[in-house]
Amino acid sequence: MNQNLQHILDLINESSKLSEDDKTIVHNALKKADKDLVISEFKLERTNKVKRTTAILLEETIEELEQKQAAIKQTNIALNKSLEDLKSTQAQLVQAEKMASLGELTAGIAHEIQNPLNFVNNFSEVSKELLEEMLEELQNGDTEEVNAIANDVIQNLEKIVHHGQRADGIIKGMLQHSRTNSGEKEATDINVLVDEYLRLAYHGLRSKDKTFNASLDTNYDDSVGKLNIVPQDIGRVILNLITNAFYASNEKKKELEKEPSGLNRFQPTVSITTKKENNHIEIKVSDNGNGIPKDIIAKIFQPFFTTKPTGQGTGLGLSLSYDIITAHKGELNANSTEGQGTEIIISLPIKDQDKWK
Amino acid sequence: MKILVVDDEQDVKVLFQQRFRKEIKKGELDFVFAFSGEEAIKTLETIAHEAVLILSDINMPGMSGLQLLEIIKKDYVAPPPVVMMVTAYGDEENFNTAKALGADDFLTKPVDFKLLKEKLIQKK
Repeated sequence: MNQNLQHILDLINESSKLSEDDKTIVHNALKKADKDLVISEFKLERTNKVKRTTAILLEETIEELEQKQAAIKQTNIALNKSLEDLKSTQAQLVQAEKMASLGELTAGIAHEIQNPLNFVNNFSEVSKELLEEMLEELQNGDTEEVNAIANDVIQNLEKIVHHGQRADGIIKGMLQHSRTNSGEKEATDINVLVDEYLRLAYHGLRSKDKTFNASLDTNYDDSVGKLNIVPQDIGRVILNLITNAFYASNEKKKELEKEPSGLNRFQPTVSITTKKENNHIEIKVSDNGNGIPKDIIAKIFQPFFTTKPTGQGTGLGLSLSYDIITAHKGELNANSTEGQGTEIIISLPIKDQDKWK
Repeated sequence: MKILVVDDEQDVKVLFQQRFRKEIKKGELDFVFAFSGEEAIKTLETIAHEAVLILSDINMPGMSGLQLLEIIKKDYVAPPPVVMMVTAYGDEENFNTAKALGADDFLTKPVDFKLLKEKLIQKK
């Protein structure tokens, strides 16, 4: 029993003033108090134990949290690095797509340069022959013939300059196309730009695939005139849309040729239309290919989405086109009917243009 | 004999007129020009009674040189004109197609005018 309680019990036992009955009552009460005290002490001890355990647990938890925080910091650093890597990869892919579309152009460009170059060579050679003849005629004293030859030579030199400039223009366009950083906005004749890239796309595909053949249906609105745009960027969009259109209509032709009915009269046709509306210019490229299924059409402007076989498309063409048109404050929209064909419409604002004039 | 030159490049006419200046002057060679396959067919109709040698480019907008060749060899039964094909793509496929369609000769751009001159005088 508790010492203090024992002391009280001893005093009461020795007391003569209390009856035996009262002593028994106090004795019992003291015993009860002692028991309660023991229980309370036990409970206190238990609480203390829990407290110590909790403190240990808390310390452990704090340590764990600190470790986790450090790990998160590491992860963040790694994530930032990944993001930078992704950005640089994306930039590389964009450049790769530019170069890929340049590859599509190369054959077309080669064909477009071959002709003026042949003229430069031929007119140079023939002019040399003419001048040799002129020397002979000078000795003969035939002034009339000398004059005629001199005029021919002058005409030839003009032709050489003309065809030299023609080749120069093509090369300049090609260099602009492959430039890494975006070019400057300049007033550009939309119909001329569209036609130039249409020819390049056509010759490019034709030289890659000799069986390739498609009807071209061009419909240029003369009132379209000039717009302030980055010509090589919009040119890239047009090239991409036209190449896609040729591809789609040609795929349909190949499919139909496999069918037993054989003698189909399907003629792959690509149409390009320019049109001036109230506040914008429309460039529409349509084909008579197989069209785009409804469940896919929402995805066509997403990066890396392609329906071409692996290795044949980067899936970046339309996504880049979308970015370029958006950067020009314009819109790029697609309409398609399965089995009938697809039309892609570029819409560029005229409104904004006044500022640039 | 008339030589019909078919090419979509307008300057081909001036070039031929100068390259064969002497021959034209002496009346040894007689050239006519067409700037598309369609125009060539029309020109042929106007000179149907004359002997003609055709020198055609392959890669032209609209009717290609190979389509023109096919039409000429099918439609002109007796005797079909001599057709020489000229192309910027000196490749097997065009060569074989042209031969299969009945081309009599095949030239690649840039045209060797010395060789062409020899061939034209020979076939005259």
